[in-house]
Amino acid sequence: MIDTLTPVATPVLAGLADVTFAPALVETFLTRYAYATVFVLLSIGLYMMIASPNLVKKVIGMNLFQTAVFLFFVATAYVEGGGSPVVPTEATPGELAVASPLPHVIVLTAIVVGISLTAVGLALIIRIYTEYGTMNEETLREVRIDE
Amino acid sequence: MSSPTALELLPALLVIVPILGATLPLALGLRYDDVGWACATAVCGIVFALALPVTNAVYGVGERVQVIHNLGGFDQPVGIALVADELSTIVVLLIAAVSLATLAYTRHGGPRGNTFYSGYLLLVGGLMGISLTGDVFNLFVFLEITGIATYGLIAKSDGAEAAVAALKYLIIGTVGASLYLVGVGFVFLATGTLNMIDLATAIPEAGYDDPLVRMAFAFMFVGFAIKVAQWPLHTWQPDAYQHAPDGVTPMIAALVSTVSAYALARVIFGVYTVEFVATTPYLQEIVVTVGSVSVVAGSLLAVIQVDVKRMLAFSSVSQFGLIVAAYGLLTETALVGALVHLVGHGIMKAGLFVCAGIVAAGYGARKVDEYAGLFAHRPAVASATAVLGIALIGIPPSVGFIGKWYIAVGSVEAELWPVAAVIFLSTMLTLGYVARLLEKMFFTHATGAPASHAVATDGGEGVLVGTLDEADPVSLGMIGLAVGAAVLAVALGFAGGTFNELFDPFVSEVFS
Repeated sequence: MIDTLTPVATPVLAGLADVTFAPALVETFLTRYAYATVFVLLSIGLYMMIASPNLVKKVIGMNLFQTAVFLFFVATAYVEGGGSPVVPTEATPGELAVASPLPHVIVLTAIVVGISLTAVGLALIIRIYTEYGTMNEETLREVRIDE
Repeated sequence: MSSPTALELLPALLVIVPILGATLPLALGLRYDDVGWACATAVCGIVFALALPVTNAVYGVGERVQVIHNLGGFDQPVGIALVADELSTIVVLLIAAVSLATLAYTRHGGPRGNTFYSGYLLLVGGLMGISLTGDVFNLFVFLEITGIATYGLIAKSDGAEAAVAALKYLIIGTVGASLYLVGVGFVFLATGTLNMIDLATAIPEAGYDDPLVRMAFAFMFVGFAIKVAQWPLHTWQPDAYQHAPDGVTPMIAALVSTVSAYALARVIFGVYTVEFVATTPYLQEIVVTVGSVSVVAGSLLAVIQVDVKRMLAFSSVSQFGLIVAAYGLLTETALVGALVHLVGHGIMKAGLFVCAGIVAAGYGARKVDEYAGLFAHRPAVASATAVLGIALIGIPPSVGFIGKWYIAVGSVEAELWPVAAVIFLSTMLTLGYVARLLEKMFFTHATGAPASHAVATDGGEGVLVGTLDEADPVSLGMIGLAVGAAVLAVALGFAGGTFNELFDPFVSEVFS
């Protein structure tokens, strides 16, 4: 259920929810704002890819889209009061609170993938620019129709 | 943590050999010119040789075993496993065979250059990874490796049109893969594991009605719908197929979408289960509808195309729609049909794109009208195109017939009559666009063609003359490849029972 989503930074912001009229919705938003940000960023990225006629901005939108996914993974790994997942040798089981390391590893891999994609995308844009002399999608369409 | 046997090493080698091999054309290219083709052939030959013992172990006459390799010696579910089972091995064999065979085309038909063959081998490695991996996140990584290699190969074409098509594919394809990754995130939240076998038991424990589990499936399904090119998310595909170099299109058309469709099957039937799709409200209807709409829309768009490669690309949208619809039918027969059609479509479409490449290289003919009188001048290629086209329609005996037959029987078993109607309709529409091509090739004389406006028309004989005096741009290997694909498409038409028997262990386990 929704409770399986990790609350982010509850101690800081939970108090705020009490001050206001504190309906469940507000509290949910204040404790899980990272997830809301994820979907806002996803939408902005998607909108840039669709609406911007500039090819470079489309690639930037794509980056934003991917970054939102990274944020999603990092937010899920958050553990309240948890440290970095370096386990000391004399750890007492059950008392050690660390952030889940697996999503971080996933994000690390996904960042590498994202950089490669950006590089390929920019290389393609350079080729399009040298060939057609434009990075604007609409101009490009006109040029291609003329040919 | 026991050390793996020689057989268990093979799945890892199938992925590692092409990826490491991808560095060879670049490294040796520093010293020798034009070494790419030789490297690629050697590596693809080795990969094919490695795939044979795996196939023998999984499908062979003796005792059948699944070949599982735990990477780094870490046992599942902690480590990442590479699994060759009844489902993945046929795809591995298809990749090994098609990638080796396509080299017979690129030897003479291009594209050339060492960088091209590096990308080619990287693509083979990525495809092998998608087929073999037993980990949902690892699947994402291989999806992107495949993607990056594909974007590069498409842009290898001479015109800048290809770069535009590749960029479009890159942006849309990345969104697809990212959506899949979001799905992986949700399912990880719900279950805490990424291993496919582990997920198959962890997801029922989390509950099929868990919003996280459902959300994960929705994201993964939409992600794959983009990668498999389902209408209306198919828009990258016609541009990419049309503008890709002729030597690359058979490879992409036969393998990239096919392997994505295989991965979708893996997610639906291996990670989630038939029960999940059946019990979740409207889910079966959604899957079947997405597939069916793609069948009709893809066929209709194919019928109105002028460019042959573009027509074949829209045909792929339609054929993959059939496969996705078959997944949604949730009967054993339909699933066997989908898997047969997956392999069969790969062979047929690779053959058809090879034929289109030969015709373009030999005569500069790219449009349907320009195919007029082809049979009189090049009977071998025209016959191969005709046989493959007829196989694609689904006229027996051909592999296209078996796939469609199983799916049609499956739709009747599931009592989903609209799907049965859609299959019949798609056959008619496929006939519509294939018949157009057949009529031009066999019954229209080249001079009589109203629109034969291309290259060498000064002889008054149309486009098909005047190309034979120069060094022939069409090699024997290219024609042999086209004819071989046609023969295979027909020969596999007699293998319906064999296919059924091969897939049976997987299919009955899924529906048990």
